[in-house]
Amino acid sequence: MDFNIIIRTISKYWPMFLRGTGVTLFISTIGTIVGFIIGLVIGIIRTVPVPERGIKKQILKVVNAILSVYVEVFRGTPMIVQAMVIYYGSKQAFDIDMSPLFAGIFIVSINTGAYMAEIVRGGIVSIDKGQFEAAYAIGMSHYQTMINVVLPQVIRNILPATGNEFVINIKDTSVLNVISVTELYFQTNSVAGNNYRFFETFFIASVIYFILTFTVTRILRYIERKIDGPENYILLANQMQVQTPEDALHKQQGANINR
Amino acid sequence: MERIIEIRHLSKTFGTNEVLKDIDFSVNKGEVVCIIGSSGSGKSTLLRCINLLEKPSGGEIIYKGENILDDKHDLRAYRTRLGMVFQQFNLFNNHNVLSNCMVGQVKVLKRSKEEAREVAMKYLKVVGMEQFINAKPRQLSGGQKQRVAIARALCMEPEVMLFDEPTSALDPEMVGEVLKVMRELADLGLTMLVVTHEMGFAREVSDRVVFMDKGVIAEEGSPEQIFNNPTQERTREFLKRTLEQN
Repeated sequence: MDFNIIIRTISKYWPMFLRGTGVTLFISTIGTIVGFIIGLVIGIIRTVPVPERGIKKQILKVVNAILSVYVEVFRGTPMIVQAMVIYYGSKQAFDIDMSPLFAGIFIVSINTGAYMAEIVRGGIVSIDKGQFEAAYAIGMSHYQTMINVVLPQVIRNILPATGNEFVINIKDTSVLNVISVTELYFQTNSVAGNNYRFFETFFIASVIYFILTFTVTRILRYIERKIDGPENYILLANQMQVQTPEDALHKQQGANINR
Repeated sequence: MERIIEIRHLSKTFGTNEVLKDIDFSVNKGEVVCIIGSSGSGKSTLLRCINLLEKPSGGEIIYKGENILDDKHDLRAYRTRLGMVFQQFNLFNNHNVLSNCMVGQVKVLKRSKEEAREVAMKYLKVVGMEQFINAKPRQLSGGQKQRVAIARALCMEPEVMLFDEPTSALDPEMVGEVLKVMRELADLGLTMLVVTHEMGFAREVSDRVVFMDKGVIAEEGSPEQIFNNPTQERTREFLKRTLEQN
């Protein structure tokens, strides 16, 4: 490995790497968020308690069947194949001309949605039955129980799995180069095609990918800790009136030093 | 005396297992009724049937003259009239103490936030938890959680409080603080239906004691009668067994 070539490649082609990184981050972020929402909605629908009889039961049955098909199909086929089928297929069969970027976001979203649906369902099932019962006992409807009690806990609990999906998406957007989305892999390939230094150029790309995924994991861990709050409850910590003049003075001095 | 809840021929089966058999039973306004009996006698199921967390297999539950098992009856409105305290506390884990007590008032009773906060503070003071309003349930001890759970139920200002073994999941040293709160509520004249293993509490606080065995009400009467002169052999046996343990 020639270190000078790496430096030269970066200084010459950095705008391409930067643009590629931007597109990768954009697609995977939007894709994860939209996929999360899709998964949340489907997960909720699939855990609605089925009534014993009536039209509602039939509707729920049909909807559940459709959702199962969606989850199984998108979980069971490679994203690279989905990309080809959706991007070129929509053009040929329905005459819909998607931009590669839009197609990329669309594919990543519905793919993530299929995985998240199962993750959310698992999250809802794992919530203690007592939480539902306590909410029903004070007169909440199923919908109110979900919104006010269950889902906030589910979202907290599935945060690590969501982070996982995000990391996977950052890496897997690279397959979208087959429909010529100009993400990081596509850009790296172009650079390497120019300078013929495949090893050094792709080494740069791997470092960028790692920085992206590592930062995302750290940020999510931080958010988790923020949500959880401290382990113990300190009685006086939340009562401002216990602040003594000494405390106030101390704080002010601290602020002055920092300035 | 005004009857609040009257139960007629109530039965409940889980599969082929008959948990409640033809229960007839009623609660009057202002009365404290304790239900005692060994595990698996159906006492918790009876309580859970009353607020329909379990759907009864047969019979009637008459609340203020209306059969709430009718299809057209508003189940949720009925449930707000009953306060439930669970063995496992079941505080909402994502809410702090104050908002555990507020969420039902705001979402179900449609009270304003200010009013809900005032009511919540009032009842948190009753149970002695007003200093902990910003704590999350996982930061509290069992006894503290159960006191908050009682306050949460009181905030809905129910007609009847149902207690499902409120001290069974607590460490021995925390049982006292919860029972103390319950005694105070009884003194205030609240209608209470308590499933319990605390014989001392049943004896001192209740107006009436119901002894359940194998899905039926075996004996019912004043605490003096049940604890001092039980008429049934199985009541005597049960009391002997439990009192020996203590």
